[in-house]
Amino acid sequence: MKAAVIVFPGSNCDRDMKVAIEQSLGTPAHMVWHGDSDLPDVDLIAIPGGFSYGDYLRCGAIAGNSPIMREVVKRAASGTPVLAVCNGFQIATETGMLPGALLRNANQKFICKDVDLKVVGENKRFSGAFASGQVVRFPVAHHDGNYFADDETLARLEGEGLVAFKYADANGEVSDATNINGSRNNIAGIYNEAGNILGLMPHPERLISEQLGGTDGKLFFDNLVNSLN
Amino acid sequence: MKARVTISLKNGVLDPQGKAIAHALHGLGFDNVGEVRQGKVIELDLGDIAAADAPAEVEKMCTQLLANTVIENYEFELLD
Repeated sequence: MKAAVIVFPGSNCDRDMKVAIEQSLGTPAHMVWHGDSDLPDVDLIAIPGGFSYGDYLRCGAIAGNSPIMREVVKRAASGTPVLAVCNGFQIATETGMLPGALLRNANQKFICKDVDLKVVGENKRFSGAFASGQVVRFPVAHHDGNYFADDETLARLEGEGLVAFKYADANGEVSDATNINGSRNNIAGIYNEAGNILGLMPHPERLISEQLGGTDGKLFFDNLVNSLN
Repeated sequence: MKARVTISLKNGVLDPQGKAIAHALHGLGFDNVGEVRQGKVIELDLGDIAAADAPAEVEKMCTQLLANTVIENYEFELLD
């Protein structure tokens, strides 16, 4: 199995993503520069977190129109799995690979902490390590993580099991009190209809060893790699 | 020719920055202020484009990059 991590000017989680993938995969991941239009033949594409192009115009807007993203969108449409984390999630919504948009956090603050997430939709590739309803803990670090979609889109996401994770408490209770950033329906991550794209604001790649404070992220990547092998 | 594009958040889309501005205005004593919505203005120099082509060209720029129509409305005016 081969993986690629897309790197934009202003990406700052690309190395973490590389380490997390390689820890589970055992072989090096390709780092692909945003200005390239050729993407190696890979089984997984990761769009990492950061502040691509300084978040100018809108977060993810300029990265979404970079040469490499045209290729990523094409590969995703033909079924290649795409993991889009944080700024990657913002970029994925800007390209239309995933529905909705990420707005400024409702409390206006940059939020940087570990959060409890309820695993909602079932997707063996991305959340096969966890049971539906289980609580996992990943860190968040974002200023624009407030997920917005119109009523119709929201109903479709919920109805078709395309919501991946919701901000919850340690018992898996989802409420306004656990909604850290104002996201509609507490949504922290979603799948596309085909199930080959996951976009999420929290960072599984930041909790991949006990030395970093937890291993829920390692379980996530181990499962992802196993499912693609 | 120049174009001035005005981008605003759609109705129903939460605007925390607008809310913070409203809060600050109230703090300054401007009690009449109700809802505040923040947007952005982008000015473009279009060079010597034919006037007839300009609207369609700017429209394309708005939909492809300048505005995210999931959350934003846009309008523009052309200036000589």
